[in-house]
Amino acid sequence: MSFSLNVNGASHDVDVEAETPLLWVLRDTIGLTGTKYGCGIAQCGACTVHVDGVAVKSCNVSAASVAGKTITTIEGLSPDGSHKVQKAWVENTVPQCGYCQSGQIMSAAALLATTPAPTDREIDAAMAGNICRCGTYPAIRKAIHDAAAMG
Amino acid sequence: MNEMTLSRRSFIRTAVTAGGGMILGFVIPGVPKVLAEGVLPEAWKDPAGGAEINAWLTIDKNSIVTVRCPHTEMGQGALTSVAMMVAEELNVPWANIRTVLADANRHVTQGEVYVNMSTGGSNLVRNRHPHIMQAGASARERLREAAAKKWKVTRDEVKAEQGVLTAGSNTGTYGEFAADAAKVKLDAEPSIKAYGDWWLVGTSVPRIDVAPKVDGSAIYPIDVRLEGMVYAAVRACPVPGGVLKSFNFDAIKDRPGVIAAVELKQVKEKLANADLRSAIAVVADSFYRAKTALDLMPVEWDFGAGVQYSTEGMDAAARDLLGKPAEHFEAVRGDPLPLLEAAGDKVVVGDYYRPYECHATMCPPTAVAHVQTTGPLAPRVDLWTFTQNVAAALLVAADQSGIDPQNCYVHGTFQGGGFGNGNGVDVPRQAVEISKQVGRPVKVIWTREEDTTQARTRPPIWSRGITTLGDDGLPTAMLIRAVGEEKNPAYADRGNLNHPYMVANFRYERGVVPTNIPIGPNRAPGNNSNAYGLEQYIDEVALAGGWDPLDWRIKMTEGNERWQRVLLKMKEVCGFTTDLPKGRGMGVAVVESHGSTVGACVTVEVSRRGALFIEKVQIISNSGYVLNPRNAEEQVSGCVAWELSHVLYGGLRVQGGRIQNVNFDNYKLMRLPDMPVVETIYANSEDQWWGGFGETACPPTPPALANAIFFATGKRVRSTPIIQHDLSWS
Repeated sequence: MSFSLNVNGASHDVDVEAETPLLWVLRDTIGLTGTKYGCGIAQCGACTVHVDGVAVKSCNVSAASVAGKTITTIEGLSPDGSHKVQKAWVENTVPQCGYCQSGQIMSAAALLATTPAPTDREIDAAMAGNICRCGTYPAIRKAIHDAAAMG
Repeated sequence: MNEMTLSRRSFIRTAVTAGGGMILGFVIPGVPKVLAEGVLPEAWKDPAGGAEINAWLTIDKNSIVTVRCPHTEMGQGALTSVAMMVAEELNVPWANIRTVLADANRHVTQGEVYVNMSTGGSNLVRNRHPHIMQAGASARERLREAAAKKWKVTRDEVKAEQGVLTAGSNTGTYGEFAADAAKVKLDAEPSIKAYGDWWLVGTSVPRIDVAPKVDGSAIYPIDVRLEGMVYAAVRACPVPGGVLKSFNFDAIKDRPGVIAAVELKQVKEKLANADLRSAIAVVADSFYRAKTALDLMPVEWDFGAGVQYSTEGMDAAARDLLGKPAEHFEAVRGDPLPLLEAAGDKVVVGDYYRPYECHATMCPPTAVAHVQTTGPLAPRVDLWTFTQNVAAALLVAADQSGIDPQNCYVHGTFQGGGFGNGNGVDVPRQAVEISKQVGRPVKVIWTREEDTTQARTRPPIWSRGITTLGDDGLPTAMLIRAVGEEKNPAYADRGNLNHPYMVANFRYERGVVPTNIPIGPNRAPGNNSNAYGLEQYIDEVALAGGWDPLDWRIKMTEGNERWQRVLLKMKEVCGFTTDLPKGRGMGVAVVESHGSTVGACVTVEVSRRGALFIEKVQIISNSGYVLNPRNAEEQVSGCVAWELSHVLYGGLRVQGGRIQNVNFDNYKLMRLPDMPVVETIYANSEDQWWGGFGETACPPTPPALANAIFFATGKRVRSTPIIQHDLSWS
């Protein structure tokens, strides 16, 4: 089916089966590969994007269901890597292999958008859906606090 | 589907960071245009280029040094580590350093110019520092020689420091002399610096590859997109060892986007590493369409003999073997058998077990291949793949395609984890074969389920210790009997055979149980699971003799400098005590692996109802020296999370010869809320040797945790995952 997706401020006309997950439309159809495949069952969070500002696992929602909504991927979080979460991630050298970090950053950015100064418990709740196999969790926690402190 | 168009120049590039930079990519004529280029940020630049002093580095006129890293960057910091070692000898400011991934084709066709491109075994710093540092030293001396000739002084009179050459009143930058230096021939290559005589090594340097990993621009094999590329979903026999019997492509051929089904035939009976397994692939114009069609296609397998194997069956067979003398043994010291027999039931016995565990790299195995057998560039293969050795992958591409290695190109990308699985799967062969058959560039992605089913997992280990004690409570005779699995039973030896505790009479035995599950290296292979048994057993032996577990280890490793440093530092700083109120506990364990001796001290609290809280994990490491403390501490934290994932929640279950828990809903991994506080403490010998770091903090963490749980609850957790055990106490 044909429909239009609003991704990072641009409109993309796509023609895919209605049930196609947003993840694969972003990656294969539109060509935005910063959003990653990790499990396909909404367990690892590598595919996290924002839909109308809310963190969503893009492997678990059909692209057709988010037509007309505002979709933001890691590539659209900031034009130049200057979002405070990205800055805090660089300062803390959070990524190791880096593969999960698009999803981690999108989850953290969504948290800070609604909770500007999160507690550790709020960070736990917001980040529990994102697996990092390299175990960068302590750096992630610290970077979120640092990003919050940037105001 | 558009026909592929070739561009004469193309790149995969990622961002350059300020103050030390990272660039990926090479100018390779004939590579299909990489569509991913279109989504990269504006910040990327061409590789700095300039004069090539040797295969390892170039220096441009602005003295920007581009270091070519022959090793895979999979999160362990290879780019930063190689660049630091070169910069140390070259003596250039860190801000002038850029890195690229080295060219595998050049390595293979030009006499192995990078010596060894494999990446694993914590070898990069430990065993490769001599030739990596040599590349920097040799370049530095050529710069000095070039300046000496121009200034008509001796080379000894020319200083090379921080990118500047000086002799008396003469001065010039490396960039000014780079072109001349490239032509210099030296009578003899310089020596590298003495251990410890360093200005950069040993300082904390932020890793060089962060910027492209926070904006989505870092390219992993799964992100490579070529013009005309198609996608393949693959399925090997879910019971490893089985073969494809039939498939019905007609049932799916009219589905949207479906192009072909390709049978991958297994040619070798006994499979090693990247050998092709019997599998079926569906090719389509998107991965989702390929995967969906494969799921719907009727496929019949001949599962073969593997169906007989299960976790329960293997466990029963292994436990039976634990009670019998094994044919394979090593009489390490003396003969404990008569003493153990004489002791009757006055022996300390402990049994332990750890199951299969999967690497579960966050980026599942993926490869993009473009095999050209006709056309202006043929014959030629281009490959982007999951690997820990691009040179080995190149030879795989050549072998599978039948095209000469000099016409094969493996392009570097970041890797979304490796952990030892990077050389063990056949995804590059699958991609090359499918591309050859369909005549187009193809991307093969393993689903998470395929990865967990087909990865070369960590083997299980069963072990039993039997020990008798002397009047002083210390052991006089010890037998460690391990049971491994048949694919590589020698993994069972690591740490069990060669532990450092000087028991006067010590014998090691090894039994073997059959299985069909493929296995391979997995972050600190062997030691990772074996230590769970041995280092818990040491606690049991110490406590039976009335010894404090830490004092026992200090006593039994007297004279072993590397261990004593770790144990004495642990005693000094960790506050280890067995005298805590019930419900709280501390545990210790020490393991030597990959050239380093590393201890863990874990503090836990366990509620009466059995809820476990890990307060703190302290890691005490002796790796001789530390290249980059900042990266080292990041690796320690990663190692702790890695092993806690397995020991707390993991364990692959086998039934009917196939892995049962194949995705993250039932193969659980650690998540942020459960990550404990981790401290890194150094106890380095600083004595002319260098140990590994990327995996060495893994093995001691689980047994230290189990020992802590024992002190908190009185319960000995003899197998994992711990979550399956009742830890309640009263």
